[in-house]
Amino acid sequence: MISLTIDGVRVQAEEGETVLQAAKRAGIRIPTLCHLEGLSPRGACRLCLVEVRNWGGRLVPSCATPVQEGMEIVANSPRLRELRRTILEMIFAERNHICAFCVSNGHCELQDLAMELGMDHVRFPYRWPLLPLDLSHEKYGIDHNRCVLCGRCVRACAEVEGAMTWGFSGRGIFTLVEADLGDPWGKSKTCTGCGKCVQACPTGALFEKGKATSEQMKRPEIILEVTERRPRA
Amino acid sequence: MNRIAEQVREIVQPYAGKPAELIQALHRIQSTLGYLPREAQEVAAEALGVPLSQVRGVVTFYHLFRTRPAGKHTIRVCMGTACHVRGAERILAALKEELGIGPGETTADRKISLELVRCLGCCGLAPVMMVDEDVFGRLDPKKARRIVQEIRDG
Repeated sequence: MISLTIDGVRVQAEEGETVLQAAKRAGIRIPTLCHLEGLSPRGACRLCLVEVRNWGGRLVPSCATPVQEGMEIVANSPRLRELRRTILEMIFAERNHICAFCVSNGHCELQDLAMELGMDHVRFPYRWPLLPLDLSHEKYGIDHNRCVLCGRCVRACAEVEGAMTWGFSGRGIFTLVEADLGDPWGKSKTCTGCGKCVQACPTGALFEKGKATSEQMKRPEIILEVTERRPRA
Repeated sequence: MNRIAEQVREIVQPYAGKPAELIQALHRIQSTLGYLPREAQEVAAEALGVPLSQVRGVVTFYHLFRTRPAGKHTIRVCMGTACHVRGAERILAALKEELGIGPGETTADRKISLELVRCLGCCGLAPVMMVDEDVFGRLDPKKARRIVQEIRDG
């Protein structure tokens, strides 16, 4: 067992556990976006940043940082709140997140985070990129305007379904989640149509066709349920 | 189309079953074909055992890979810091107008491709561009246009 403190609370954790897991067990809330139980940690969104006080105040992503003996973690502070809010604002400014027109309005992780972190406005100029919408799949659609590039769909597809249909193309702000060699989703030879990516998506970027906003509730927890039920090799 | 697949299969033969060699294999394909056509990417993916989506990721991430054939000559305009300060934007604007194409594109006659690079490593000559293997420094829009004319005239 490893002991550490999180926001002054003494916490016991197993070796190999992450700071986020330890905090969760201790009932300490750390906001996350790209993290999803059942998938490998990615540390892509940086919303779960915490401060390690005895590492000179270094900031580390709690979802991807294993616990170490004697760590003094600050999980909530004005500094972290401001950092997380800034990160969120940059995510909002990067693409076209217009809640009123979105199928995930009211049950969107990005929207929930904005409310939780008190993001009442965005201090960066919006980029308003013109991004495509792919409705070629029989059951689902992908709207790149609402994508935050968290990679949950990519990981769900690769790690749980094993189809490896989704991948990132391009780089930086031009990155897009695309199927196979950039084909329309409906033309994909590898997609099994399982829909795990849709369930894993925190925003309205991946959605089910023919369902209204209120019917579009997602169940990201199925990723963990599915992986737990699966016997380990 | 099948000829390409055949050719690519031969090129990637030494890398078969080795996903870690993807970049090497793609380089080999591109140095033979001049670009990475779709069929080539498919063949490479299958031979090396890499998912199509990952091949796509690598091909689009690295600037040196191209999915469309290049022109006979390639103009690479430096967009590095020194060149930026000394007016690379104006050089690029002049080239775009002269060629009628944007970065990453090739003229309709397949003669000239235009590309952007981050630094050519000769900042003292800024602003700089390269035509194939030759470096042209201390450019101004007029000089850049003249160089394009010279390529066109052969």
